[in-house]
Amino acid sequence: MDLIRRTVLKGAGATGVLAGLLASGMLKPTLAYANEWNAAAFGAKDLDVALKTIGADGAATNPALVMKAPDIAENGAVVPVDVVSNIPNTSSIAILVKKNPFPLAALFEFSNGALADVSVRLKVAETSAIIAIAKADGKTYTAQKEVKVTVGGCGG
Amino acid sequence: MADPMKIRAQMKGDVCEIRVLMSHPMETGQRKDNDGKTIPAHHIQLVSVALNGKPVVSGQLAGSVSRNPVLGFKVKGAKAGDKVTVSWKDNKGDSRTDEATVA
Repeated sequence: MDLIRRTVLKGAGATGVLAGLLASGMLKPTLAYANEWNAAAFGAKDLDVALKTIGADGAATNPALVMKAPDIAENGAVVPVDVVSNIPNTSSIAILVKKNPFPLAALFEFSNGALADVSVRLKVAETSAIIAIAKADGKTYTAQKEVKVTVGGCGG
Repeated sequence: MADPMKIRAQMKGDVCEIRVLMSHPMETGQRKDNDGKTIPAHHIQLVSVALNGKPVVSGQLAGSVSRNPVLGFKVKGAKAGDKVTVSWKDNKGDSRTDEATVA
């Protein structure tokens, strides 16, 4: 009997210590990153390998996934790309540049009310298709657009 | 320590538009300097955006994101006065966290 009582008391004491630590800020939860950098996907030199690594091989095109990018980029170092997914329950958007040395450029995941709507500026090495991949309810969807990169900015 | 981010968070109807300007060289590891030596990769890898401490967007970036990245996000369910926290971490372990208030 006494032993059980002691164990219970001990347990309560330990919880108290933990609560105290939390209150004093010693165990303050820091802003955690939801995931690690996906080195395998970002290090892939081949578009198909990159797509496979993020689980997007065989993604279907869907008109509800909208990508905005310029037809002609006079400066390949700064190409604005906007991706909006109107597909319900879109949980992530990935953006790839087909002909870049490493195609995968960015990957965003959404939660707690964030809309599947991102804008980012990318480096595009040469005229290439830019590909967006959206994931919703375990399915993947894709949209792409060709961006012509002119060196020297003569608009040709 | 990197320069502070510029964060703008504004309500447009019931959607909060967040725009972030980060100060970072974003070296791809592909470029060469004048002596023909490769400039090592140095770019932001992880980005996290939180609204009142609750994570809303977590991003991963490659060196192919432009120098001094400008990112835009939209969040529903925010209101004026809410706190937006943005953090990034690069491949050399450098990091930065900045805050802004929703207007």
